[in-house]
Amino acid sequence: MEGRNKMESLSRGLSTRKPKEKKIKMLKHHLKLSELKLQWSIFAVLAALFTLFIIGDPRTFLAPDIYYSFMSTIPFMAIMAIAWTPVIICKEIDLSFPSIMGFSGWVCLAVFTSTGNVTLAVVSSLITGLLAGFLNGILVVKVGVPSLIATIGTMFFWRGAAMVCSGGFGGSLAAAKGTILFQILVGRIGGVVPAQALWTVAIAFLFWLILNRRKLGSYIFFTGDNIESARMMGIPVNRVKILVFAQLGFFAAFAGILANFEFLYWWTTQGGGYLLKTVAAVFLGGTSAFGGTGTIFGTFIGCVIIGSLEAGIISVGLTGFWTQLIYGLIIVISVSVHSILRRKT
Amino acid sequence: MEVKNDKLVRMVNISKYFGEVAALKEENFEVGYNEVVGLIGDNGAGKSTLIKILTGVHTPDKGRIYFKGEEITYHSVERARELGIETVYQERALGEQQALWRNIFMGREMTDRLGFLQVKKAKKETEKILKEVIGFTAAGLTPDSIVGRLSGGEKQGVAIARALHFKAELIILDEPTMALSLSETKKVLNFVKEVKEQGRSCIFITHNIYHVYPAADRFVVLDRGRTVGEFEKKDVSLGELVDKLYLVARTGEIS
Repeated sequence: MEGRNKMESLSRGLSTRKPKEKKIKMLKHHLKLSELKLQWSIFAVLAALFTLFIIGDPRTFLAPDIYYSFMSTIPFMAIMAIAWTPVIICKEIDLSFPSIMGFSGWVCLAVFTSTGNVTLAVVSSLITGLLAGFLNGILVVKVGVPSLIATIGTMFFWRGAAMVCSGGFGGSLAAAKGTILFQILVGRIGGVVPAQALWTVAIAFLFWLILNRRKLGSYIFFTGDNIESARMMGIPVNRVKILVFAQLGFFAAFAGILANFEFLYWWTTQGGGYLLKTVAAVFLGGTSAFGGTGTIFGTFIGCVIIGSLEAGIISVGLTGFWTQLIYGLIIVISVSVHSILRRKT
Repeated sequence: MEVKNDKLVRMVNISKYFGEVAALKEENFEVGYNEVVGLIGDNGAGKSTLIKILTGVHTPDKGRIYFKGEEITYHSVERARELGIETVYQERALGEQQALWRNIFMGREMTDRLGFLQVKKAKKETEKILKEVIGFTAAGLTPDSIVGRLSGGEKQGVAIARALHFKAELIILDEPTMALSLSETKKVLNFVKEVKEQGRSCIFITHNIYHVYPAADRFVVLDRGRTVGEFEKKDVSLGELVDKLYLVARTGEIS
């Protein structure tokens, strides 16, 4: 009863302020407010965070080393987060990519150890990832298993496959060091900048281009936004979804290859720690869990935040115990802010 | 085989059964060139079955469909769209979280030779469509506005404008005024007038005679799978039509 009265008085209040409201509405239309606001708000969080880090530990955060270190470690997660974004925009979910990363990483190791051919190792690993992603797409689209459940299944399956195939042992790729492909993938440009950082930026740009300047991008947005109308307007929604799952598998494999070469070692647990951080980064970046909207810029910034938080927390002088608490805090706050911004516009 | 060129659509002797239930019984239905037809009937009268047959969603068990005098064989949803038959559903027409320009070109994006979207051109076209067809400029809408913030009537307007822009010959509006306020309903009726002015045809499906009366040229009343009455607007006043509809509801016959 009380709620209803409140609603009524609210709506009365609104109607008396109509001219002003109309003006604001006009302004909002002109400014494309929600998208921009979301992107600025996430950027502001990043800026605030680094300001805190710099104040807390100027010696670390005003020197370049920590940034080179971020550039070498964040890409593994960032590449997968970028590729995960269109899946979420499509109103689907995929939990299996860390396992696909692990299994494709093993394929890379196995082919390399048995043939000594780096190119062959990389190519077969990428194909493995692509096929694993494609399988997710088939399960969801053709078989009709909800993506959450299908990819929980394939998550266990590929992790298990990696364990069974490797017999539980990791393996060294030290012999790959110094090859041209190694230099291209994880070399240090100018002796300092990790190549994987450039790969990440390039992939981010590619995804931005696809989402904003290609038909496929439109198809992805509409498939997630209103699948019925997309279908009615002749968008091949099933093919779009399969493609979106397949590319995530491909880029998970790519991240696995980068990790293999960066650490020159493949662990059976490769990829395991990335699931929740990737999820956090994407939602932190403003991609809606309800599908239909999301930006690569947001995901990119989200990755930088999540990827630098741990180092930042420790340099500022807090113990490692604080990491998870602060992760949680930042995620809950930013996701709430996104929801409120969306509702108001 | 008789061929007539004087109608845009002719559906002849259409029957459709769902199991034992006859949804349509030897129904004949026509839409003329540049004509707005009000298709009226209660729930279960067969309106949506008729339209779904016309748009290729269902295949009829019996009967023929002619479009511009030519019989349509192998009817499908794609085929209907190619012919220029476009349906505007209230809830299913647009992507609510996307910008207007994306919605206008949804599924028919303009690309250059390299396959890149022509965003500027699309926005310009959208601006033109907004101005000419919908007269939206007053509301402060731009091609970048997110569709979810439009009112129900405006959304229908966008969907209708889109159909017009892509040269639809026949626009089918499925209960376009359901759940709309009075002023929003008026907007939709104006869009229907626009369809008429641009020389296209329209089927306006509704169970509310008051909404369709001002916009339509002709009324077809369906009841239990067949036409029980057909009236030109010039021959019947709103009051008479309402009386007839009451009669149909009670007896299933019009006279």
